[in-house]
Amino acid sequence: MSNRYLSIENVDMTFYAKGTQSQVLKGIDLTVDRGEYISIIGHSGCGKSTLLNIVAGLTESTSGAVILDGKEVNSPGPDRSVVFQNHSLLPWLTVYENVALAVNKTCRTKSKAERHAWIVKNLEMVGMGHALDKRPAEISGGMKQRVGIARALAMEPKVLLLDEPFGALDALTRAHLQEEVMRIQDELGNTVIMITHDVDEAVLLSDRIVMLTNGPSARIGEILDIDLPRPRDRIALADDPRYNHYRQEVLRFLYEKQRKVESLAQRRGAVGEKEKDEKEKAKEKRMAKA
Amino acid sequence: MSSVQRSNTLAKPAALAWAPDFIALQQVVVQRVLPPVVILALLGILWELLCSSPGAVLPPPSQVLRDTWELIANPFYDHGGNDVGMAWQILASLERVAYGYSLAVVAGIALGVLVGQSTWAMRGLDPVFQVLRTVPPLAWLPISLAGFQDSTPSAIFVIFITAIWPIIINTSVGIRNIPEDYRNVARVLRLNGMEYFTRIMLPAAAPYIFSGLRIGVGLSWLAIVAAEMLIGGVGIGFFIWDAWNASMISDIILALVYVGIVGFVLDRLVAFIGNRVTRGTAQG
Repeated sequence: MSNRYLSIENVDMTFYAKGTQSQVLKGIDLTVDRGEYISIIGHSGCGKSTLLNIVAGLTESTSGAVILDGKEVNSPGPDRSVVFQNHSLLPWLTVYENVALAVNKTCRTKSKAERHAWIVKNLEMVGMGHALDKRPAEISGGMKQRVGIARALAMEPKVLLLDEPFGALDALTRAHLQEEVMRIQDELGNTVIMITHDVDEAVLLSDRIVMLTNGPSARIGEILDIDLPRPRDRIALADDPRYNHYRQEVLRFLYEKQRKVESLAQRRGAVGEKEKDEKEKAKEKRMAKA
Repeated sequence: MSSVQRSNTLAKPAALAWAPDFIALQQVVVQRVLPPVVILALLGILWELLCSSPGAVLPPPSQVLRDTWELIANPFYDHGGNDVGMAWQILASLERVAYGYSLAVVAGIALGVLVGQSTWAMRGLDPVFQVLRTVPPLAWLPISLAGFQDSTPSAIFVIFITAIWPIIINTSVGIRNIPEDYRNVARVLRLNGMEYFTRIMLPAAAPYIFSGLRIGVGLSWLAIVAAEMLIGGVGIGFFIWDAWNASMISDIILALVYVGIVGFVLDRLVAFIGNRVTRGTAQG
């Protein structure tokens, strides 16, 4: 029962726009165990976010299915809470009210006092207990993302979906938040799917890394198991041969195996250019003769 | 050394607690109050000089004050009929604006939400709005007199039809510009229609809506004066027309000053409410 907690089955995604169709995802198959931390990595534009949106229910797949805990996903819901890349807090609400909006909507059965305690507890967990009455405009980007994480956690989701959660942050803040996410993950044992384009982040945080090939029609290229003991320490791991091996694996996939496709396309483009150049030269010659 | 400093800073606020307030007040007076007062005085002097010559057709400010002192001193007299104080005239106009503008706010926001939410409604209604909104306010008066057969509802209708367009257009733009992220948050939380409307849509569009409301209140005040000139009865517009017919130029000038001040106050009032409602978080 514990395995196949979440399964993504043969998901295809094709967008139709102005008469042309473009296939973004092709035959995505993935199963995620309860409490597992999965990263999805790939070059930009390969359809990572589309895949996450399909799991979230925000986008409907063209074919295939997403099944979570025995039920098919076909609309968004609080059991799959999303931390969006640009925090997406509501600027007219305070930090507390932003989380309260989610809690009051999802925990109807709890009493008012219980809900209050739950909101404060989640904000304290991400280290934002001191800023309950601040508005999003008054706190830093890292703090906003902390609140976004608190909001998502407060819904007690079956799966936590992180869409490049640290992408917009500076490197130091990002490292700090990664530590927090690992600590919270140890504490709560959430099932997490994270979109990222940061190799270190993927290796440090994940149990498995899912590598997508370049689009169009992106597929799962490889899945890498990260067999490193937790809790993980980034400083100790920096010198760990296994860690570096995993890093290298991902880098090799992204920059050797997947770059080939791109460079082929580029070369084809370059050839085209060359031909054009020669044609032009020939034209010039003819004109010169005349 | 450091302890001496600390005791100094501790002693300071107790002894000179009033000083920062006083300095701040002084700064406000010098920076904010002084410039308009100086400019007003200069303009008054210029006006006085221009209109003091024997051949001047318009009265200088000193004469305006002398002629209208009765009106300024007793704004609330009531001699029956149209012969009432300036305060009553302005209040009569404000009452019409209040009715017409309130209707425009309710209808304008509702239509704006509809047009902002539904692409079909936008395609259907937008051309109609774009044509109708260019019709000058007074052009509506004859048709509304014909329709209502009475002057008061006609004046209210003119206010309504003048103020509604900027409210509709700004509301719909505000709704259209709600970031996709907020919609996604609402979808993940499974907010229902009413919750989405009150918790996400109205606050997110509020800055736009209030800029529409502000333009609308300005336009309705512009329109009421013109409309009242034509429909008669009590009201600042008709007061001006009446003064013109009686060749009381000073009364007209006084009325213009009052109209300007009331219009300014209305504008600031809506801006103030907007600021309070959006809590100063315009967009961010």
